[in-house]
Amino acid sequence: MPGIISRLYRGDIDIDFVGKRKLWYGLSALLMAISILGMVVHGLNLGIEFRGGSVFDFPRVANSSVEEVRETIHDAGVHQVIVQEAGPNWRVTTESLDTNEVPKVQDAVAKKYHLKADDVSSQVIGATWGGEVSKKAWIGLAVFMLAIMLYLSFAFEWRMALAAIVALVHDLVITAGIYAWSGFEVTPATMLGFLTILGYSLYDAVVVFDMIKEVTANLGTSAKMTYTQAANNALSHTLIRSLNTSLVAILPVAAILFIGTTLLGAGTLKDLSLALFVGMVVGTYSSLCVATPILVTLKEREPKWQALAKRVAQREASAAKQAAAGAKQAVVAGSQNGVPAADDGKRKKR
Amino acid sequence: MAPPTSSQIKPGRTLLALLVIILAMGATVVLQKALVPKFGLDLAGGTTVTLSPVTSDGKAPPQESLDRAVNIIRNRVNGTGISDAEVARAGDNIVIQVPGAGRDEAIKLVATTAEMRFRQVLAVAAATTPPQTLPTSAATPSPSAMTPSPGASPAGRAVSKVLAEPTPTPTVTRRARSHTATGEKSGAGTRASRAQATPSPSPSATPGESEDPLAGQDLTGIDPALLKEFRTIDCTAKNKGQGAQDDPDKQIVACSQDGTARYILDKAAVQGSQITTASAGVRQDTGAWVVNLDFKSQGASQWSDLTAKAFEAQPPRNQIGVVLDGLVITAPASNGRIAGGNTEISGGFTQETATELADQLKYGSLPLKFVQSSVVSVSSTLGQDQLRGGLISGAIGLVIVMIYLLLYYRGLGAVGIASLGVATIITYLSVALLSANVGFRWSLPHIIGLVVSIGITADSFIVYFERIRDEMKEGHRTLRAAVEVAWRRAKRTILVADAVMFIAAVVLYFLAVGGVAGFAFAMGLTTLIDIMVVFLFTKPLMSLVARLKFFSKGHKLSGLDAERMGRTGAEQTLQEA
Repeated sequence: MPGIISRLYRGDIDIDFVGKRKLWYGLSALLMAISILGMVVHGLNLGIEFRGGSVFDFPRVANSSVEEVRETIHDAGVHQVIVQEAGPNWRVTTESLDTNEVPKVQDAVAKKYHLKADDVSSQVIGATWGGEVSKKAWIGLAVFMLAIMLYLSFAFEWRMALAAIVALVHDLVITAGIYAWSGFEVTPATMLGFLTILGYSLYDAVVVFDMIKEVTANLGTSAKMTYTQAANNALSHTLIRSLNTSLVAILPVAAILFIGTTLLGAGTLKDLSLALFVGMVVGTYSSLCVATPILVTLKEREPKWQALAKRVAQREASAAKQAAAGAKQAVVAGSQNGVPAADDGKRKKR
Repeated sequence: MAPPTSSQIKPGRTLLALLVIILAMGATVVLQKALVPKFGLDLAGGTTVTLSPVTSDGKAPPQESLDRAVNIIRNRVNGTGISDAEVARAGDNIVIQVPGAGRDEAIKLVATTAEMRFRQVLAVAAATTPPQTLPTSAATPSPSAMTPSPGASPAGRAVSKVLAEPTPTPTVTRRARSHTATGEKSGAGTRASRAQATPSPSPSATPGESEDPLAGQDLTGIDPALLKEFRTIDCTAKNKGQGAQDDPDKQIVACSQDGTARYILDKAAVQGSQITTASAGVRQDTGAWVVNLDFKSQGASQWSDLTAKAFEAQPPRNQIGVVLDGLVITAPASNGRIAGGNTEISGGFTQETATELADQLKYGSLPLKFVQSSVVSVSSTLGQDQLRGGLISGAIGLVIVMIYLLLYYRGLGAVGIASLGVATIITYLSVALLSANVGFRWSLPHIIGLVVSIGITADSFIVYFERIRDEMKEGHRTLRAAVEVAWRRAKRTILVADAVMFIAAVVLYFLAVGGVAGFAFAMGLTTLIDIMVVFLFTKPLMSLVARLKFFSKGHKLSGLDAERMGRTGAEQTLQEA
């Protein structure tokens, strides 16, 4: 399909994102329902930072086995022991230990594998810590959304702000759903990723909205396009840009994900980049198929644009008969007003 | 930021200005020998303890209490002699960072609650035992006098007072300063002034060797073991016993907070938790700074007994030691029985010292309890692994973005790559400068933030490049015109989009805990650098290269050739719609 790729490259495409908005709404609603179901049924797999617990990391020396490590740590007086491989290290998760028990475990491991006690990294998280982390995250989220609403209302208008925020909530819910169903561990680094997604999701939306604003600014009363059509054109027009910006944003994250998984095995790098990766993919979808369609739905309720849509519909109706023969390919960018899409045939007529 | 007009006319000048900025930053980095930024403990190895306050009602503790707690903990950590340990507040939490190994001791040290107790002084001496000891040393750093209120004066509070106060400055006042029992009828005030102290011992003094510091003092009723301990401790040492959990039912040996004196103190007579209020103020009659103190009813009667008992005793036993977290913060002499709790501590205070003491007393009334929310210790090897992982993924990310730009945008991509290169250099220099001058430590979340931001920076170029291509498609504009027109439009998009990222970064920075703030900081920094690079480098560079035939004629590899641009000119355009 080289044809499609080169057309994509030239920005020469006409995909009817906005016209199919009922399809997108349905799809998104379904995805969100599945996500929420996942959160209710499975719940999120919270890391020890939220549950409380201890984690030890130390170099995996030759000939050590999971059973052996588990036994060593069990013998040091720890009850729940989970041993995992993490890159070149062993990662051992246990219940929350107190300050006296931690050195005991470190010494036991160091003795067994001839390491220095200092080589055994540890992390002890109290049970209440997670609550604080989550509370801060929620406050941050709320303040962020408010700030963005205000800023976008100021820079654009409230409808765009609302559409952007809805898309953002959509991204968060679906990302959380993916985490719930897949059982990926949720750590503070994951939340970091979630929060960053908000920024990305908006960056995309801002680029598209900026174009829509520019294009629709020129739609006077005598315009031949409805708001819907103009927005869809703007979207098609910026599609390549959106895909490009998203791809370029995802590339470094993918690099972190790759390194985090292969080289380090676990920990901050992996958790964070996984959340970013998942979130960005969802974010790219939503800025095209959720944010703009919602904006259009909101805008078409304005009397100004309703009137325009009506006029365009009348004009199109009479023009359509004559044009019917000439129209090469009726890509039906059907809006809910039943207006045929602007296609090449029509443009030529101007 | 260069205004569009000037950059349009003199793009070379803007580039030169940027070059000067970069060279200046580079020169500073080299001169400050700051080539390698400082790293946080997750990369350098070390232990990080996060303490969260626990309050009985679950509400956030008062800010002053937290600041006070930070001071106390910092004091304790310094006492251990661990160099480079850092104690800082992070919202309501206190974060203690101890680099390197051997940290168990420090961890145990920081978690205990700092309590305040009032104890009668039994004996006192200079901080260490100097060769030439004075017979009676009442080494009150600052003596104090407490004036009891003799009777209930109608004015109520005015009546009872006492004061004593420590001179925070280690002035070599060889005698204990007598507390001027300011004003009123206290003839008693003079008593305390008799005590003499040699508060400033010479550092070379070897404790315990010379004359008995306790010579001449009444030692009845003192546990002999304490006498021995007293003779050997050195209060000029870093570890003065701060953080010691003193048993209220036992006599103790303690150092003064400023390290100028040591004391033997009786069993605790009043708990700090009995204090209701403490405040610094100026006495109307004398204009001197004093500290006012009130007790709850139970505390007030204990205080009344204590002050009376001290008043009747001979110096130095007329002094009352206020012990906070194992250190004597002040030891005022009693001027008489203070009934009802209303107390004034006076004598040589400045506004600063009075406020300090009042704050300490307030803290003593409701000491903060902490739990260790998180204790993370990273071995230096794991830290190095993480650093390496972060840097490698940064390099890989940068390279694939560059390759992508080159493949997709060809000649334009080269401009993008140069811009990314400049952004990378400025980022590195900023990191090094922040590290050297603001003491900034770079941790893993920072590095991840920087890597993730590569994409955001590149996004700005893409927005601009696509705009240029749009302009070329739309009209038969020349490239030089297209570059300028596209800039006017792309500029707005870039600024709005970057503003959104920046808002996100600021909100996260101020509201988040731990690593998230570091991540947000990096994101905010790169957003600013992105704007700087796009305005001062990418745009002027585009203006320059637009003059090259390679680009303006639409060479096949320029990324602007007719074939690539697809339908050119004639057809369509959105603007005409």
